[in-house]
Amino acid sequence: MVENKEVLLSVKDLKVAFGAKKHSFEAVRGISFDIYKGETFGLVGESGSGKTTVGRAIIRLIPVSGGEIIFNGERISGKIPRALDKKVIRNIQMIFQDPMASLNERAKVDYIVKEGLLNTEKGLSAQEYENRVQKALMDVGLLPEFAGRFPHEFSGGQRQRIGIARALIMKPSFIIADEPISALDVSIRAQVLNLLSNLQKERGLTYLFIAHDLSVMRFISDRIAVIHKGRLVEMAETEKLFQHPLHPYTQALLSAIPLPNPEAEKQKKLKIYDPACQDYSTDPPVWAEAAEGHFILANQAELKKYREVLQHAR
Amino acid sequence: MEREVVLSVRDLNVKFRMRKKALHAIRGISLDLYQGESLAIVGESGSGKSVLSKNFIGLLDKNGYVESGTIQFGGKDITHLKEKEWEQIRGGQIAMIMQDPMTSLNPLKSIGWQICEALKYHRKIVGQAAQKKAVELLTDVGITEPETRLKQYPHEFSGGMRQRVAIAIAVACNPQVLICDEPTTALDVTIQAQILNLLKSLKDRYGLTLVFITHDLGVVANIADRIAVMYAGDIVEIGTCDEIFYDPKHPYTWALLSSLPQLGTKGEKLYSIQGTPPNLYLPIRGDAFAPRNPNALAIDYLHRPPYFQVSETHKAKTWLLDSRAPKIAPPEQIQSIRSICFLGGETDGRE
Ligand SMILES: Nc1ncnc2c1ncn2[C@@H]1O[C@H](COP(=O)(O)OP(=O)(O)O)[C@@H](O)[C@H]1O
Ligand SMILES: Nc1ncnc2c1ncn2[C@@H]1O[C@H](COP(=O)(O)OP(=O)(O)O)[C@@H](O)[C@H]1O
Ligand SMILES: [Mg+2]
Ligand SMILES: [Mg+2]
Repeated sequence: MVENKEVLLSVKDLKVAFGAKKHSFEAVRGISFDIYKGETFGLVGESGSGKTTVGRAIIRLIPVSGGEIIFNGERISGKIPRALDKKVIRNIQMIFQDPMASLNERAKVDYIVKEGLLNTEKGLSAQEYENRVQKALMDVGLLPEFAGRFPHEFSGGQRQRIGIARALIMKPSFIIADEPISALDVSIRAQVLNLLSNLQKERGLTYLFIAHDLSVMRFISDRIAVIHKGRLVEMAETEKLFQHPLHPYTQALLSAIPLPNPEAEKQKKLKIYDPACQDYSTDPPVWAEAAEGHFILANQAELKKYREVLQHAR
Repeated sequence: MEREVVLSVRDLNVKFRMRKKALHAIRGISLDLYQGESLAIVGESGSGKSVLSKNFIGLLDKNGYVESGTIQFGGKDITHLKEKEWEQIRGGQIAMIMQDPMTSLNPLKSIGWQICEALKYHRKIVGQAAQKKAVELLTDVGITEPETRLKQYPHEFSGGMRQRVAIAIAVACNPQVLICDEPTTALDVTIQAQILNLLKSLKDRYGLTLVFITHDLGVVANIADRIAVMYAGDIVEIGTCDEIFYDPKHPYTWALLSSLPQLGTKGEKLYSIQGTPPNLYLPIRGDAFAPRNPNALAIDYLHRPPYFQVSETHKAKTWLLDSRAPKIAPPEQIQSIRSICFLGGETDGRE
């Protein structure tokens, strides 16, 4: 757990829309959260809920249509000075889900890993670039001689390591890991998760970890935010969320976690979230704090109920 | 309990021709599939799960061949059938669902047309009766407004819905055996859980024999009656669902179970299997898992272990079960599997 909470990244009422005015579609509909220095913040939700869009908005790959993003006390969304833009590129790196699709197939590992440096640290000598690449490869448990090979010569787990090396070489302070293990075999997932944890411990990195699966989240995240159709529906410290999930969507996600225990699994009831179970016609939901640090999207009637649940739980 | 065997594999060896070399993908597998059971086949990528099951529907890639062994189905050996003979079995008697449902769906035809074709070809149901049956099938796989949905094309469905359609088409052929090759691997956990429930209920309703293939041992606890664990082209352990989860014997099964994130504790290292699977172009000496097994015995590098029977339903290929072997306890994490329970506090019973 993070002791002295210093906010590294602050997302305030973020909105992202795609498409031209008339046919515009709002993929992210006003979400807010803070990420503290040194923590792993999990963002979980089903496909299409807007997780990747949030990540891409933070690293400025897509423009925001509302709200703002503050990093290290400076606004990094919208129009910003070039120097700050450079700083963002160096400090915030993203690791993608599908290691094959995210790597340039025709480039050698050497180029893939150093590509970011070529843009931000133009003055280095060839030897310096090589040293940095070799160090990054070793940091992720790959052999330096892999630099001369092409991505297709590697297994899925190794390709994901290349993706991580590519991010690490920039010496970022904040990494957005977008479903980094979803496309991997279970046996390899553990290796990649361990690698990410070790790197965090060694370098004091801060992570935004995106996944659709809560079981992995519990192992890696300090706090978790649940996103549904572009809105956050709940956010809490990991164990609090697992012990007292309030929102029916969070409960549905939890019930979907497969349990490797036949007896428990056979008793488990799968819950399916149906938004129609909430009547918001007269009393619309707001993003509110139900208990310290436990946020929920709920209307006043629900909020009252949730507060009672949490009070009893204590 | 005596049960009817529907499909019986004996000493199966399958190889692939690759330029001048041969890749030994299935290395002497024997397996009986019982009528009405659901068998999960679990193992990491490349262990041979797909190759094994492709032999059951005559879809082995062109460069692959059965070097030796037999597969008895419907009173005959199906290892060397002609394409004409396969058409009798494929779909109608043994059907298969793939990870990507688009491989079995035609993007240019409506869902209704595709279901009706299957009904016509395999069950001679046509016209109004077929329409009615198609609506029934879509309802069975949990698709709402079936009449409207029948007129739609595959691209109008989400990934999870497409998989349901593929299942409806497979079931339309009224197969005896349904093979599901990683049907949920590309899907969200919520959808995965729903598809697993669906397959389980269809199995009961239609009396299907189910073969469920996955790389994730963590997902089969509910759907599997029995579990076969594959490693490097061989079934290294097989037993009932309870036997594999609560009393696993093979070090590879131990490793698969230990690396499940559900068993991890935050702040501690998650168990991970070291090394990589063996190169199947080269002959394998001894126990194929030995180089990755932290507790490998000297004999593991020399002689391939035979099956040791643990119970009537449970056997494993590991020298650890030999009476002369040292007693090695399974890793700690998996001894606590029974205590893994549903989290999420109060359940209010809503489903
Ligand atoms: N470049 C884009 N143009 C138009 N729509 C997009 C674009 N990227 C994402 N979307 C849409 O935004 C929504 C959220 O997508 P995404 O952030 O990728 O979800 P997730 O990562 O949670 O699966 C989806 O409906 C998706 O189709
Ligand atoms: N057509 C083919 N030619 C050569 N090798 C193949 C072919 N198909 C599969 N293999 C090899 O056979 C082995 C088993 O593959 P597969 O059954 O697809 O594994 P799994 O389904 O368990 O991931 C792998 O080593 C794979 O590379
Ligand atoms: Mg995404
Ligand atoms: Mg496969």
